[in-house]
Amino acid sequence: MRVNGLARRLPSIGTSQIVALLVILAANWIVSPQFFDIRMQDGRLFGSLIDVLNRGAPVALLSIGMVLVIAMRGIDLSVGAVMAICGAIAASLADSHALPVVLAAALGAGLACGLWNGFLVAVLGIQPIVATLILMVAGRGIAQLITEGRIVTFTSPDLAFLGGGSVLGLPTPVVLTLGMLVLTLLIVRGTALCLMIEATGGNPRAAALAGIGTKLITVAVYMWSGLCAALAGIVASADILGADANNAGLWLELDAILAVVIGGTSLFGGRFSIILAVVGALIIQAMNTGILLSGFPPETNLVVKAVVVLTVLLAQSPRLGGYFAGLPFNRPKP
Amino acid sequence: MKRSPAASLLARLMPVLATTAVFIAGFLICSAAYPNFASLRVVMNLLTDNAFLGIVAVGMTFVIISGGIDLSVGSVIGFTTVFLALAIERWGFPPLLAFLVILAVCAIFGAAMGAVIQYFELPPFIVTLAGMFLARGVSFLLSTESIPITADLYSHLADHAVRLGGGARLTVPAMIMLAVVLGGMVLLHLTRFGANVYALGGSRTATGLMGINVPRTTVAIYTLSSVLAGLAGIVFSLYTSSGYSLSAVGVELDAIAAVVIGGTLLSGGYGFVFGSFLGVLIQGLIQTYISFDGSLSSWWAKIATGLLLFAFIAFQQLTLHLARRPRRRPRLATAGAAP
Amino acid sequence: MQSPDPLAAPAATADPSPPLLDVAGFSKSFAGFVALDGVNFTLRHGEIHALLGENGAGKSTLIKAMTGVVQRDGGTLHLEGEEIAPRSAAEALKAGIATVYQEVNLAPNLSVAQNLFLGRQPTRFGLVREREMRRRAEALLYEFGLAIDVGAPLESYSVAIQHIVAIARAVDQSARVLILDEPTASLDAHEVEVLFAVMRQLTARGIGIVFVTHFLDQVYAVCDRITVLRNGRLAGTAPIAALPRIELVKLMLGRELSRATSARPMASAASVEPPVAVFEGYGKAGYVAPFDLSLHAGHVVGLAGLLGSGRTETVRLVFGAEKADCGTARAGEGAVAVGSPREAMRLGFGYCPEERKTEGIVAELSVRENIVLALQARRGPLRPLSRREQDEIAAKFIRLLDIRPPDPSRPIGLLSGGNQQKALLARWLATVPRLLILDEPTRGIDVGAHAEIIKLIRDLCAEGMAMLVVSSELEELVTYADEVVVLRDRAHVARLRGEEISVPSILAAIAEAPASAALPA
Repeated sequence: MRVNGLARRLPSIGTSQIVALLVILAANWIVSPQFFDIRMQDGRLFGSLIDVLNRGAPVALLSIGMVLVIAMRGIDLSVGAVMAICGAIAASLADSHALPVVLAAALGAGLACGLWNGFLVAVLGIQPIVATLILMVAGRGIAQLITEGRIVTFTSPDLAFLGGGSVLGLPTPVVLTLGMLVLTLLIVRGTALCLMIEATGGNPRAAALAGIGTKLITVAVYMWSGLCAALAGIVASADILGADANNAGLWLELDAILAVVIGGTSLFGGRFSIILAVVGALIIQAMNTGILLSGFPPETNLVVKAVVVLTVLLAQSPRLGGYFAGLPFNRPKP
Repeated sequence: MKRSPAASLLARLMPVLATTAVFIAGFLICSAAYPNFASLRVVMNLLTDNAFLGIVAVGMTFVIISGGIDLSVGSVIGFTTVFLALAIERWGFPPLLAFLVILAVCAIFGAAMGAVIQYFELPPFIVTLAGMFLARGVSFLLSTESIPITADLYSHLADHAVRLGGGARLTVPAMIMLAVVLGGMVLLHLTRFGANVYALGGSRTATGLMGINVPRTTVAIYTLSSVLAGLAGIVFSLYTSSGYSLSAVGVELDAIAAVVIGGTLLSGGYGFVFGSFLGVLIQGLIQTYISFDGSLSSWWAKIATGLLLFAFIAFQQLTLHLARRPRRRPRLATAGAAP
Repeated sequence: MQSPDPLAAPAATADPSPPLLDVAGFSKSFAGFVALDGVNFTLRHGEIHALLGENGAGKSTLIKAMTGVVQRDGGTLHLEGEEIAPRSAAEALKAGIATVYQEVNLAPNLSVAQNLFLGRQPTRFGLVREREMRRRAEALLYEFGLAIDVGAPLESYSVAIQHIVAIARAVDQSARVLILDEPTASLDAHEVEVLFAVMRQLTARGIGIVFVTHFLDQVYAVCDRITVLRNGRLAGTAPIAALPRIELVKLMLGRELSRATSARPMASAASVEPPVAVFEGYGKAGYVAPFDLSLHAGHVVGLAGLLGSGRTETVRLVFGAEKADCGTARAGEGAVAVGSPREAMRLGFGYCPEERKTEGIVAELSVRENIVLALQARRGPLRPLSRREQDEIAAKFIRLLDIRPPDPSRPIGLLSGGNQQKALLARWLATVPRLLILDEPTRGIDVGAHAEIIKLIRDLCAEGMAMLVVSSELEELVTYADEVVVLRDRAHVARLRGEEISVPSILAAIAEAPASAALPA
């Protein structure tokens, strides 16, 4: 009798997220009948739907890393700043170095940022929200240091391809996001990391007593989040052919957290779904696009987001969860 | 097994003493570098320019000491300036009435966030994040353009200042901030409510078991934070004589940084309003130094703030670690009977 | 308040007036599990009344029901003849029943004075009169023989002083009944004496004290009467003089003197088989006194003792869940370090903790995932068990241990305690351990599962596994243990082998009064 309640909370089902996405897409179609129109032009697909995927790519990338961090009962507030840093590095190097060097430098910087966060959380034992706040504040300054406060532009077609090009008709950012999603799924679901992350997030003491190297996994997960943020930063830079240290990735950490929460992963750790986090990111982007298309001021977006956060949170609330799902066990608090 | 009480008191004051030392050192360095830095005028400008941040930081100190966090304050400031501009300029409210209305709105907003945190047992960070979206979104809906405020009261208040000689002026925003800091110190350190705030940060369950009304205190704390953010918004609008929905973006981060640099423990239970005030001044000092220098760029302010944040957090972690180590108790098997 | 209350006659004499606190027929069930079953309990004015019982006996539930923290299903509560029904700890306190827990429930970061008066500080114009508050705090603590700086934060003082502060706060709020829930668990011998002095002083004022503790010496040192609970029922109440130590232990463990002895011959395979692990002088200051322990293949070592005697502490050291600070460990050829569970697992150790919910199961993961967790952790993340291997392992153990319902995909949090325990056993059996450590493997599970788990322990032992088992079920222990180590006050005090092992001999060793106070320094 209680299984149903529990099953409803399991993100692996995910019907509600898919339905939500479809409803929003349908709403978009109602306000803008051309919404589903897709046309081919110069070997690349165009259309509102493609636009949702393309613009949703950075947040989707961030959410891939963020979902792992949150599943471990952590949080990574620094991803927006890391995006800015890595975007700045990529843009500054793009015209003087070959693409592999540019990518290696930017992705390496992302990994280093993640290592720093992981070190603070796992080794120094600082609460995640505090530990990642440091880089959130300082990171944007570091990015501006790299760009020397200017908006660095570049002309390298190689890097530009990552933002504006297309592969098999799909915009490169979409392909990169898909690639990252598949890679992450392979690494996490293809190894035992998935089980270890869920066990650690679900009950850290039990996981440690079962012999799981929780510290190492924590560091690895923050590094992966840094890597995802770096890729998002590269895509964002490549898209605008430049790096704007002030605005690149600004507040996107919040969108990424929101995407994860919409994707059904609890902020208290445990079961997670990477795919649904990406779906969450698409839901957010579809709402954005929908509001634009409907002619409402784009500013409405934030209000809608606030309502969505609250609704999802209340549905996930331990109190309400306790009342409605009738769970026989209480989720431990973080 | 125990440290002497005097040593422990010193350990408690240590962070705020460190902040004071950093501020004095910073001021001396600036004065050494720029001869006309060490003037009353610069100090007064420091107060005026950071008045709104100082007010917000006081509220944030209460929230953080109680073990919470409030990410909504920047958006509340933005919302307040837009509301004031519209109320005064478009809807014809007298400024003072507009002030009262907005403070009441902010109070309701904060109380609602506190209630959600308390009754739905949700993490404060995500609830106030929703509050941040909401406040910013509503201010965008009200207006997306910058609206100048031309009411007499504004120009009057802008002119009104205590002249201290040498071009130094103690402006109205600075006076409001100083009053809030003083009031915050009295409220936090000298009243029952203040003691309850500390107790909440020390142990939420124990506070409840001691018979303190935890829900009421929690709601009051977030109400206070939002009201102070509203007041900061009023001051901000006085300072800029306008209302703009994009104003004060990211101020919540500055305020949190100021509180932490001021020696307040982000996990709650320890801290001083005066420390947060110093934290604000240190941030202002960095900005002022950069503007005096002229060649330095503004991003150094963020990096310096980040470094200070790290230094203080690492310092706190170290003191906590040292304080806890000798007091580790054996963990006995003491499972209760109740399943 | 210095003048003694006329009612505060020395306890243990018949008192014609109504008792201070009268609990009659308390019952409480949690989701089908009976935690309290018609328990009666009386507390007289000015007496110290020990409330004893093993884990799961119902002590905590009784205290919580008396103080309104949980709502009882049945029974009445009278305080000085007047019926009361507190619905929260605050209401109980208002009525005059205060509880001081082992983990002191005060704000550690606030000053001593603030802690004493939080919520009722003296104020003038809304401001706390700090000096007046400190003066009152000093005066209050002075009555308890404490002259400390009340302006300093509570956490700068020892746990003993924190307890006294908590007691002073309760008494100052005119508590007439004081419940002390294991206050001495983390105190040293001197601090215990200080606390006892305070307790005796309170009884002189007519306050009744309910004293929950694990330490039998302390019971005999300070208490007037004893009430023992067992399995949610009243096992007995008696004045201290009428209950010798051995009778008390029997009451607590619920044993009639059965003549069951170890079914196993003395000096079996143990002396021939090389040891799986040997610990010498192993211990940790303030945790468990240094001990020697030798674990052999096909050999079961049982750890017996009362709750809090150091059994769990011993096995946590052996498994590396806590780091030892003295002694050596040897496994196979040479010395080894067992500083973490991972290192212990590399040596082939496995550990089923007593706290199933907080340290054992990952509630929201499935039975299958919980079973393969330790095996997977030992293989490392890069060599995942395929889904088919996982299914096979899960199916094998579900069949072998008869885990019900036999659904590997069910979240383990939805299983009964006994089946959770079996799944945890399966988790370790899947790693094919050389040494399996079980902490209270039969706690909180139904009778049928008991028998199955005991049979399993015997079978595993016969297959050549070394085992270290903590158990309060002495009758069960004697049937499978080759050696029983008896613990008291966090030290190993007796070692019984072969035919020496019997319920009476273990009880005698547990109950024996120590020559010197063996409390940790």
